[in-house]
Order: sequence, then C-alpha cells, then structure tokens
Amino acid sequence: MFVGIDLGSRTIKVAALENGRLVDRQLSESGFDPHDQALKMIGRYTPARVVATGYGRHLALKHFADEVITEIKAHALGARFHFPECTTVVDIGGQDSKAISLGANGSVINFQMNDKCAAGTGKFLEIMAASLGFRLDEFGPAALQSEHEVAINSMCTVFAESEVISLKNHGAPPQDIARGVHLSVVNRIVAMLSRVGYGEAIVFSGGVARNPCIVGMLRERLDNVRVDSPPAPDIVGALGAALHAAR
Amino acid sequence: MSSAAFEVRPYPEMWAELDMDVGRFDKARQMLGEVYRKMFLSQKNRPANMAYFDNMVAEIFGGRIKEMLAVKKKGKPVVGTFCVYIPEEIVVAAGGVCVGLCGGSQGSVPDAEKVLPRNICPMVKSAYGFKAGRICPYFQSVDFVYGETTCDAKKKTWELLDRLVPTYVMEIPQMKKKRDRTLWLEEVQEFKAKVEEVCKTTISSEDLAGAIRVINDKRRALQRLTRLRAASPAPISGKDALLIEQIAFYDEPVRFAEKVNTLCDELEQRVAAGIGATPADAPRVMVSGTPMALPNWKVHNLVESARAVVVNEESCIGTRYFKDLIAEDKKTMDDQLAVLTDRYMQIDCSCFTPNDERIDQILKEYRESKAQGILHYSLQFCHTYNIEEIKVREACEKEGIPYLSIESDYSPEDVGQLQTRIEAFLEQIRG
Repeated sequence: MFVGIDLGSRTIKVAALENGRLVDRQLSESGFDPHDQALKMIGRYTPARVVATGYGRHLALKHFADEVITEIKAHALGARFHFPECTTVVDIGGQDSKAISLGANGSVINFQMNDKCAAGTGKFLEIMAASLGFRLDEFGPAALQSEHEVAINSMCTVFAESEVISLKNHGAPPQDIARGVHLSVVNRIVAMLSRVGYGEAIVFSGGVARNPCIVGMLRERLDNVRVDSPPAPDIVGALGAALHAAR
Repeated sequence: MSSAAFEVRPYPEMWAELDMDVGRFDKARQMLGEVYRKMFLSQKNRPANMAYFDNMVAEIFGGRIKEMLAVKKKGKPVVGTFCVYIPEEIVVAAGGVCVGLCGGSQGSVPDAEKVLPRNICPMVKSAYGFKAGRICPYFQSVDFVYGETTCDAKKKTWELLDRLVPTYVMEIPQMKKKRDRTLWLEEVQEFKAKVEEVCKTTISSEDLAGAIRVINDKRRALQRLTRLRAASPAPISGKDALLIEQIAFYDEPVRFAEKVNTLCDELEQRVAAGIGATPADAPRVMVSGTPMALPNWKVHNLVESARAVVVNEESCIGTRYFKDLIAEDKKTMDDQLAVLTDRYMQIDCSCFTPNDERIDQILKEYRESKAQGILHYSLQFCHTYNIEEIKVREACEKEGIPYLSIESDYSPEDVGQLQTRIEAFLEQIRG
C-alpha cells in the first residue's frame, strides 16, 4: 500500500493506493496539532511508502514521511489520474489558489499561485458567506438563485467584507451579493488561468470545486473548454502524493 | 572561525559618539549574528577563504566604520549611496569612501512607516527608517548621501531624507538618446564638483586614472568570481557569492579586490579538483531582478535550503555592478569623464525605456553561468522591474528556459508560500 498525505492550511487529506487503485481516503480539520492529527490518520495503514505534500510537508518529512513533493506536482499527478487527457489544473484550497499548465506527458510546464493574501481562495468565500449569513454549503446554491449580480470591486478580503456589509445595508438582496462574490472569485481564477496559459481540458480540484456556482460560472466564462471535477476534489493533492509514493 | 564563536562585534562607545540608538541597535546586531550563523556558517564545504568575508560581517558595525571615520578625519569625503549609477571612481579619486547604505532589513520599516506611505518599495522604506531610527552606523558616518532618480519612491523620499542628512540627487536619464548622454555627463561633472567642494581639493586626472584602475580591479575580481561559478559542481554557494557582492559596497576596494582574487585562486583549485559547495546534481538557478541589499538573503536561502545552488545574480547587487569597465588609457580629465559617462550609460536598469539590452544580457548570463532555470525576483511595488518581468518571462518561454517569478518584501510572512513555489520550480528543473 502507498499513502499520500496532504497537510493543508485548513484540512488534512489522506489517500491510500493499492495495486494502482484508490482504496481509501480521509479528510479532517488540521486542528491545533496537525502533526498529531496526521499520525492518527495514517496510523490505520501499514504502507510501503508515505509521501507528504501541502504546507505541513516538511514537518511530516521530519517525523514520518519518506519523501515530500510540492502541492503543484501533487495536483498535477492527481488530476491526471482521474483525467489522463487534462491540460490544466485549477486548485482552490483554503489558503491558496493555483493554476498549473501541464505538458503532454503530464509534467508541470508552468504554474501561478495567488499572492500572499486570501483573495480568490476558499477562505475568501468562507468569510463572505459568513458576513451574508449563509453556511458555506448554502453559499453556492444561494448565488445560483440570483440572475443579476451586484459587482464586488474589492479584491482584498478585508475590504471586500466592508463592501459586502455596505451593500447589504443599501438593501441589495443577499443572493445578488453572493453572486457578485462568486463572480469576483471566478474572474480571479480566469486571470490566473490566462497568465499560465490553458488548454482544452481543465481539472478543477480543491474544496471550492464542490461549489456549484463557481463551477458553473467557470464553464460559462471559458468557451470551448471542458471543466471537470473528480468526485472527491479535496483529495487530489493527497492522491498525487500517493501516486508519487507508488512510482 | 568556529560557528559558535561568531558574533557581529559590538562597539557601543563608538555608536554613542555617532548618536545612534545604541540599545536598540545592539539587539539588531545580535540578531544579525544569529541569522548569519544559521544561514552561512552552517553551510558545508565552504571555501577556506570565506573567513575574510565572515570577518567583514563580524566587523560590519565596527572595524569598517572605524576605517571610514579615519578617512573622514583626514578631510576626505565619505559618501553614502543607494545605486550603481553613482560614479564611485570620483569619490575614490578624492581619497574618499563611497559606501552603500543600509536598506535591506524589515527591522527599520516601522520607523519609515511613521512617515512614508506603506505601499511603496521596501528598500526605500527600510533605508529611510535606518536613518530615522538612527540604527545604521554608515548613515551616521557619511558626509552626505547621493541619491538618484531611478524611481519615483526614491526621488520623492530623498526630499524627506534631506531633512535628516544632507542628500544630493543625480538625475538619471530614462532613455539612451544622445541628449540623455549629454545630461548624464553634466550630472557626472556636477557630482565631481560637489565631491571637490566637500574635500576642498581638486581632483587631478592622475587621481582619477588611479581610481578608475582601483574600481576596475574590483569589478574584474567580481567578474572572475562569476566566471568560476559556472563550473559544475559550483565551487561556492550562491549565498556566499551574494554576500561578497554585498560586501563590495562597503569594503575598502583595493583590499577587497585582493581578497576576492585570493578566494578565486582557491576556487580555481576546487574546480580543478572537482570540489563543489553543493553536489554536482544540484539544480543550478540564476536569479535576476531587483537588488538584494544586505541582509536580504531570503531567496538564496530558500533556494539553497531546497538543495539547489544559485549560480548568478543579474542584479545591481550582482553583475550589473561589475559587468562593464572604464577604458584606462585616457589622459585628460575631459576624456576620462567621457569614458566614465559611457560606462555608466551602459547600465541596463529597468528605469530605462526601452531596455531590451537587459533581456539580451539575462540570456547571455544564463548561458554563461550554465544555469538550468531563471528565478525573477522583484521587490513589491517596484513597478519598473515588475512590469519588465513580463518581457523576461516571454524571452524565457521563447527560449524554453524554466522560469519562476516571485514578488516579495523583507517580511518573513510569505516564506511558506515562496518555499512552495521555489520547490515546485526545482521539481520542474529536476524533471
């Protein structure tokens, strides 16, 4: 068995491979002691090799992992496992967003990541949802109910929150503001994709890929491009690490 | 020098005489020593002749300041600068010292932000803060500062800095037309007049000829060091080489050239014996972009902690400082100032438009240094480098050169994100 673990900023993900098949996966909050949490999660296996990725990868290497790879490489490998023909990966996680352009053999050609702020990440959506009074899982469906978004101009999470509060107080319907928030994230993703260069088949991974409004808007914005998401988009990085372990 | 024994040596009496904030500065001194131990002295397979440069760091706030003050006592000028455009040959011809001032640390940024806007270049903020907080002995020792107009943040900050220390400004042309060279020649002549005024002597053409040789020798020594880094395995780490390029801005030039050459003799032997500072299969990275003022070792430290090696710095603290020399055969002052002006007009700073010769230079250095990828580094809010980066990226894409661009400042908060990007870039190079 080969295990990949993705120690992300918000959650820890584990993927276990046996004979080239994904046989188990786990996801849990990083919590206050991610190292302890990670040990609990991999404790249930007796793997031949463990490869770590994500923010906590070096901590994992120090304590239990055999090797580390970056999230970039892990997502490239994981995306190709599900969609062998994909040309580009977009991953939107809790703290990072990234666009990765792949070569014909699946190797990383080029990548872009967000600046050192939360704009265009899952954290941004989470904070905006809270200030509009939505649970995170309601946020995308709520935005889908709106047909006319209210434009959100601010890219900074802190300023965007003030903007949302002031729109709310001007009587704009929360669904319309929600749609505006989603659109601002999608604009950011598209800009990142344009800078990195994208082909005809994009894989969308990370927790934000479970948001139906973001996925829908992304498909609308990118003409003639397939946008696919694997069934468990959060696990793609961990899966990539497990695939690397099995190499 | 054993790692445990290393410290940046304290000179509290001298600092008090220089009207410094001694208590606060002493803490900064201890921190620098600690960082230096961790980042530099922990490196394996360092050349023995790095000992001199270790000592230059140990004496950065003491021994070297004493030497400068001795020069000043003799009535010679001590000029502080922030830019490779300031013609140091003229200061040296007057028997003076030209020194690059502090501007590479987060520690002084809060002092600057009491006055300056937050969203400007960290180097400008750091520099202003060092003077405002009285925490740079170099700033406290100079007769005057020579600033320049390479960017908006600098040129407007000089007006405010002038309230704290006499600050003169050279107007750097922004294009390379004939009239721009005329302007620059006039600026060079005025600079000479200013230096002569301060030291109350006239610079003779013999003085200037001597100074041109001295600074050429310093630049030649640095060129030699750069050539040696092209060997595989690289005989010296990028961190150590960057440190030497940083020390070039405050050390005494004749001694410095001699010590760099001594080091290069050792590096030649290492190359012949196949001894490297890192294993032969370490990915070779060239860094290009905005200058890294001491103690800004952030990027080099991240790259080399990920078991790669930096083999070239295409930057003002790097090859831009020493790639061009001044013709030594001119006898009259007019002819000397003309060739000096020509040399400085070759500088390919991003403040020029167009500046395509920089792109050619980057590709040339990439080939010569036998690098395997280019990492472009731009300080936040450095618009000229940040925008020119687009052309660098396009050139790398066209040539198929692995490329990564990062934008950062002096704060440590983005180290995790930068580490991920740099490691992913190295994964790309390793294939």
